[in-house]
Amino acid sequence: MTAPVRIVRGAAAALPAVAVVAFMVLFFAWPIAGVIARGFGGTSPAGLLGEVLGSGSHRSVIWFTAWQAAVSTAATVAVALPAAAAMARLRFRGQRLMRALATVPFVLPTVVVAAAFEGVFARFGLAGGDGVNLRHTVWAILAAHVFFNYAVVLRTVGAHWANLDARVEDQARVFGASRIAVFRRVVLPRLAPSVAAASAIVYLFSFTSFGVVLILGGPARATIETEIYRYAVVRLDLETAAALAVVQLAAVIALVAVSNALERRRATVEPASSPAAAPRRRGPGLIANLTVMALILGLPLAVLVERSFAAGRSGGYTIRNYTAMAERVSLLPDTALAALGNSLAFAFPAAALALLVGGAAALVVLRSDSRGALLGRAFDIGLTLPLGVSAVTIGLGFLLVLDRPPIDIRTSVIVVPIAHALVGIPFVVRTLVPMLRTVNPRAREAAAVLGAPPRRVRREVDLRVAARGVAVGAGFAFAVSLGEFGATSFIPRRPETLTAPLALFRLLGTPGEALRGQAMALAVALMALTAVAVFVMDLWGDTRRGAF
Amino acid sequence: MLTVSGARVAFGRVAALDGVDLEAATGEVVAILGPSGCGKSTLLRAVAGLQPLDGGEVRWDGEDLAGLPVHRRDFGLMFQEHALFSHRDVAANVAFGLRMQKIDASARRRRVAEVLALVGLAGFEPRQIATLSGGEAQRVALARSLAPEPRLLMLDEPLGSLDRPRRDELTEELRTLLRRLGVTVLHVTHDHDEAFAVADRVAVMQSGRIARIGSPADIWHDPRSEAVARFLGHANVVTVGNDGAVPWGRLSAPTGSAVLRADAFTRLDELPSSTGDAVTGNVADVRFRGDHYELILRTVPGNFALLARDPGAATVGETLSYSIDTTKLAPLEG
Repeated sequence: MTAPVRIVRGAAAALPAVAVVAFMVLFFAWPIAGVIARGFGGTSPAGLLGEVLGSGSHRSVIWFTAWQAAVSTAATVAVALPAAAAMARLRFRGQRLMRALATVPFVLPTVVVAAAFEGVFARFGLAGGDGVNLRHTVWAILAAHVFFNYAVVLRTVGAHWANLDARVEDQARVFGASRIAVFRRVVLPRLAPSVAAASAIVYLFSFTSFGVVLILGGPARATIETEIYRYAVVRLDLETAAALAVVQLAAVIALVAVSNALERRRATVEPASSPAAAPRRRGPGLIANLTVMALILGLPLAVLVERSFAAGRSGGYTIRNYTAMAERVSLLPDTALAALGNSLAFAFPAAALALLVGGAAALVVLRSDSRGALLGRAFDIGLTLPLGVSAVTIGLGFLLVLDRPPIDIRTSVIVVPIAHALVGIPFVVRTLVPMLRTVNPRAREAAAVLGAPPRRVRREVDLRVAARGVAVGAGFAFAVSLGEFGATSFIPRRPETLTAPLALFRLLGTPGEALRGQAMALAVALMALTAVAVFVMDLWGDTRRGAF
Repeated sequence: MLTVSGARVAFGRVAALDGVDLEAATGEVVAILGPSGCGKSTLLRAVAGLQPLDGGEVRWDGEDLAGLPVHRRDFGLMFQEHALFSHRDVAANVAFGLRMQKIDASARRRRVAEVLALVGLAGFEPRQIATLSGGEAQRVALARSLAPEPRLLMLDEPLGSLDRPRRDELTEELRTLLRRLGVTVLHVTHDHDEAFAVADRVAVMQSGRIARIGSPADIWHDPRSEAVARFLGHANVVTVGNDGAVPWGRLSAPTGSAVLRADAFTRLDELPSSTGDAVTGNVADVRFRGDHYELILRTVPGNFALLARDPGAATVGETLSYSIDTTKLAPLEG
């Protein structure tokens, strides 16, 4: 073989890596760099940042962001851990369906979750007036975060738990350990890596949560994320917004690094073979779990559906809220129905793009597994960063840099699917990589020995195994696009860029029974679309592996 | 014809292959026998091209294979754990190599059916991999390796995962099949019975080197080194001094250490003093071995393990004498 042939081959092999890097540099690194430049900008370097950090009100926002995330995480773990146990250690009819259903909240658009909780507060008289007021309180935020992240803990810990050899627990019982002692001394220590990994992710999500905090927290309860939005979009103070985004970025990078480290630890302790299933007693434990699950996950959604048919103060039920979606409302540039149409139209290219870039990225991560571990880690962090780097920061970055050369597309419609894809990519990568890692390296070698060249091996072996992962990843990316709110809220408002979450936000934020009813109807429609996308993919793909 | 010369592979400071020389003539079955960790799998991987060499070379009919990537060597390798494609059915697994050779679908189907029949799995085409038993999976893996008619077939512990009866049965089948096909084979195993049953020649591998190579009978009768002798299961290593001096008397054998096969002993009815080609000792243990017994005889120089068709009246603690057939004594080198 001659050298030029090798070089051409090498270049061809490097193509996916180059494409991924180009996309990420152009649409992620470049905007983020823009944010950082602006954040440090101003007259004296770090002057702006110092101002932000020095301000008492900003400091209290940062503090609130940190502690609400911590409490959200603790509450989520406390609520979801028993359910994870039930999922892992019990076998019951409809279990697969339950797991799929429990995942729905996680992929629901944040604005829909917010709408559901607003609905609950309204329905049970918790929205002020004479009784208790939960609207615009930290309680509302915490409840929504538990609701939203329940599935992360359930799936991550549940999958790990199911893989733990139950015979070890039986062995401990034989030695005379009580059930509680077994849990404390035998189960929990082995489970710790996945609990830690799940907690890190939940903390990250709660830290950067946007839609939920913006709507449920109201003006009274702000996190860094909502402050960035308020400064940039409402007050048009891009400098302060960028400085806050730099603070956010620093925190997120640290959190992502911790999360990835924990994730790797979790990956290394996962036993290779799953032990024989050990069905345990059903009974009160299971019933209690299912009740809690139904209450936490089901109630808000049920109330949301009920509210969407409520006929306002007159009482009774109607489909008026739904038919109203086809009508123009003065505060929206187009009808709610058109917004739904736009969202669907954006979701397809966004999911395709996320799948393309995410798929290539997964291959690169995998290949770097075997080679330089350092490069692999750098890639891993680089790719999970957008998962943590809030959508709002990305939106702000787009606002800051995409309106001038080299890429002047801020006012173009294509900026929407690109932003959505960017938010979806980490989900695709995180679904695909664990699946690809299950491919037996011997199977690859067997294919090579049987005469398959390297590219053929990837197609014939890896892609076959990852096919289900691709389905699940596509479902996630699609759902992410449908519900994307943070980045989209920075995109100039025009009829053709009005997405369903944006319309929903505007409707929710405006007083008036009719608009509220329509908001609930729109939320239900959006929820249905998202749920169908993910639910179908989830039932299809085998997702016992993979965190989310 | 396969020629491996001076093959070296190092993992960090550990040399997995430490200068391996090996030849396999066309149509020859060569077993590579050694304990786990001796480098035998690495040798196969190196020949297949999956493991780059740090030194030495692999040639086929004189052509150096260094620049030839795995998929173009036209070799077959059956992995220890079979490495079947679990997401495909049996037919697709077996047909994989044929597809890579761009053989058309109807010819492929014929060949798959043919090879499956050969390994005794006729009609297994639509079966899913997960539904196969260990023995069936092993045969499918073999059929998959055979289907593209590789010029060299490498089998890495092909019977490793099977229980004893299946193993013995399949060893026989494999032997017959390989003979019939006339394919060149490298067969890796840690079981000398399997190696002896299957191979024309056996290469005993130890610490990354070929310690001994020859026909099964050669190796068994003349292991040459104590390490090889012990690995094959020879327990009686004696040191012969000048004029055949041994601790219990004299032996008509050349000076140096030697291995005494278990069947070299014949029980004597009377108890003479331990002189000449005979030994007297206490029975330390009688071990049931199926069609024979192993008797452990404790003597002054140490224990002898000897083969007894019938332990007769031998009971533990009894004093017995045995004559030694010195034609069943093999001098060791070094």
